Amino acid sequence: MRRSLCALAGAAGPDSVNTEFTPFASFLGGALIGAAAVMLMATMGRIAGVSGIAVRLLPPYAGGDVAGRLAFILGLVAAPVVVMMVTGSAPDLHIEAGPALLVVAGLLVGFGAVWGNGCTSGHGVCGLSRLSPRSLVATGVFMATAIATVYLTRHLM
Amino acid sequence: MAVVVQFAIGLVFGLGLVIAGMSNPAKVLNFLDIGAIRSGGWDPSLAFVLAGAIAVTFIGFRLVLRAAQPVFGESFHLPGKTGIDARIVIGPAIFGVGWGLAGFCPGPAFTALATGGGAALMFVVAMMAGMGAARWLANRRA
Repeated sequence: MRRSLCALAGAAGPDSVNTEFTPFASFLGGALIGAAAVMLMATMGRIAGVSGIAVRLLPPYAGGDVAGRLAFILGLVAAPVVVMMVTGSAPDLHIEAGPALLVVAGLLVGFGAVWGNGCTSGHGVCGLSRLSPRSLVATGVFMATAIATVYLTRHLM
Repeated sequence: MAVVVQFAIGLVFGLGLVIAGMSNPAKVLNFLDIGAIRSGGWDPSLAFVLAGAIAVTFIGFRLVLRAAQPVFGESFHLPGKTGIDARIVIGPAIFGVGWGLAGFCPGPAFTALATGGGAALMFVVAMMAGMGAARWLANRRA
């Protein structure tokens, strides 16, 4: 009932879909993300923070090594293509938000990540494993506001 | 050489996101939806992604940082700031609202580019604009 009301109001776009709980695949995928972060530290001496890498692709290209950072991002972009070539099907991708909501969300994600010096990868993975108090605060805050936002859009609007 | 290595590392990172299911924003939103715990719609997978990643980086960083320098660089670049200021609260607060609205954070936004069509592209363009705006504002205040 709530779901249909929600769709009627257009708050969360089309109905949300159920996803299967995948503890093993998710732990394994997480370990790969961690391995990538360790490799970036070992080779380039840098934190694998996607927002930090992405913002330096904008002029005036702070920090140099634009080619290397672009290569990292292109690696991210290529990943589902590789999966498609190996398995024959594209990985699940269900975008619930409509165009206007996507633009607003994108602006907020980009602004917030740079304003707070990091996102889920830089603070949530790299920072927490370095026991950084700033990353602990950042992760706690973005988890809290994200959970509150989903509660608001899915259950109260 | 360093460029090829960084492409490969980005690819491993992206494959991790895909295998973990985090390239699908619906799965991320279902983790954030604690209101669905009672109805059985909650998907705790994201917590296992973080656990898997931190398990590797917690040990891996410590081993790697024993070296005098990285393979392709002269020194390790570790964040030097330690104090808790307003930005480390306000930035993530804004980030979290955007994350909760669409289910995309920066990594999965890039992995969605190839197969996510116009919707993914729109998100990435808006996200880059938001990043540029934040850096411009930060530089202006500094």
